[in-house]
Amino acid sequence: MEKNLEEIFQAKIDREEKIEPKDWMPDAYRKTLVRQISQHAHSEIIGMLPEGNWITRAPTLRRKVALMAKVQDEAGHGLYLYSAAETLGVDRVELFEQLNSGKAKYSSIFNYPTLSWADIGSVGWLVDGAAIMNQVPLCRCSYGPYARAMVRVCKEESFHQRQGFEILLNLSKGSQAQKDMLQESVNRWWWPAMMMFGPADGDSPNTQQSMKWKIKRFTNDDLRQKFVDVAYEQAKVLNVTLPDPDIKWNEERGHYDYGVINWDEFWNVVKGNGPCNKERLAARNKAWDEGQWVREAALAHAEKRANRKSKKVA
Amino acid sequence: MNEWPLWEIFIRSKNGLSHKHVGSLHATDEEMAMQNARDVYTRRSEGISIWVVESKHISASDPDEGESLFDPANDKVYRHPTFYNLPDELKHM
Repeated sequence: MEKNLEEIFQAKIDREEKIEPKDWMPDAYRKTLVRQISQHAHSEIIGMLPEGNWITRAPTLRRKVALMAKVQDEAGHGLYLYSAAETLGVDRVELFEQLNSGKAKYSSIFNYPTLSWADIGSVGWLVDGAAIMNQVPLCRCSYGPYARAMVRVCKEESFHQRQGFEILLNLSKGSQAQKDMLQESVNRWWWPAMMMFGPADGDSPNTQQSMKWKIKRFTNDDLRQKFVDVAYEQAKVLNVTLPDPDIKWNEERGHYDYGVINWDEFWNVVKGNGPCNKERLAARNKAWDEGQWVREAALAHAEKRANRKSKKVA
Repeated sequence: MNEWPLWEIFIRSKNGLSHKHVGSLHATDEEMAMQNARDVYTRRSEGISIWVVESKHISASDPDEGESLFDPANDKVYRHPTFYNLPDELKHM
């Protein structure tokens, strides 16, 4: 019986039919999705921290309103994604607890600090650029609620990348100090952005199953290659060099070759030893703990009002 | 912890169109659900009207019963205009 259900399920996926919350699905499919969607949601929420760091110091009002809108979008993206995860039968509080306790992962890129204003530009250009590469194929993910959430996310992300690029473009036309700040920032963000696509295909054991289920549409290395090809051209517009001496056009492949990624650094940050892992988790826990009385008071207030209403009716 | 209830959000993008489900959110009551829906789902003028419904009030059909619910419609082709044979010279019908 179980076997038969799995065959029907896979046949549906092969026909490009979407899976909806109440449809039968294999446990492993559900588990994979809960893990992936909640990690994605956590990344949006943690992602607000490095950018929030610069809101009060944005150089103009125009930059400040844009940055605030971007951070607000990220909160929104986290909420779309948590609600997609909840359709699979998990509680939101349970997901928050996994994040706060350090049990759940989020994208390691947010464990790097935003040290200069140029970093806000680099986060938009490189980090959001890499995120968009990852996210666009997810709009066609086999799980309906996730795919629909991603359509909204992707629509909103494109402003994020453009505002980042514009920040960098302005710096590239500025004083020598501004140009130096731009190059220094790109030097720091390039490799962590390259790592955002995850381990090389040979070291990513779950990729094949995820592709069979059409949760993933491209492998990590395919997406990373797309990113390099696009970013290299964009870097020319900014007059910056990417900190990889091995990047060069490969006529035969029709792609840019690139250097070796430092996977020791990648795994070290995943394990919790990046520059800001502790700081990020501490900030989330502080916000959660200090919000406790607000959550309780809002619930008590709603109950009081509901009681008053029902008394009136009686 | 006592979790805030879940609400389903429906948005009318403009007059003339029906409300469409866009997602869900948590809120303590309908007023907060409405305010949160505005912030979460209409940051870029996606709507002019919002419905919020507490999720527990929605009854959904069971996908396993899909056959008995929807198959009876499959063999009733005579409910469609193309079932009827009419001459080509008959225009506009």
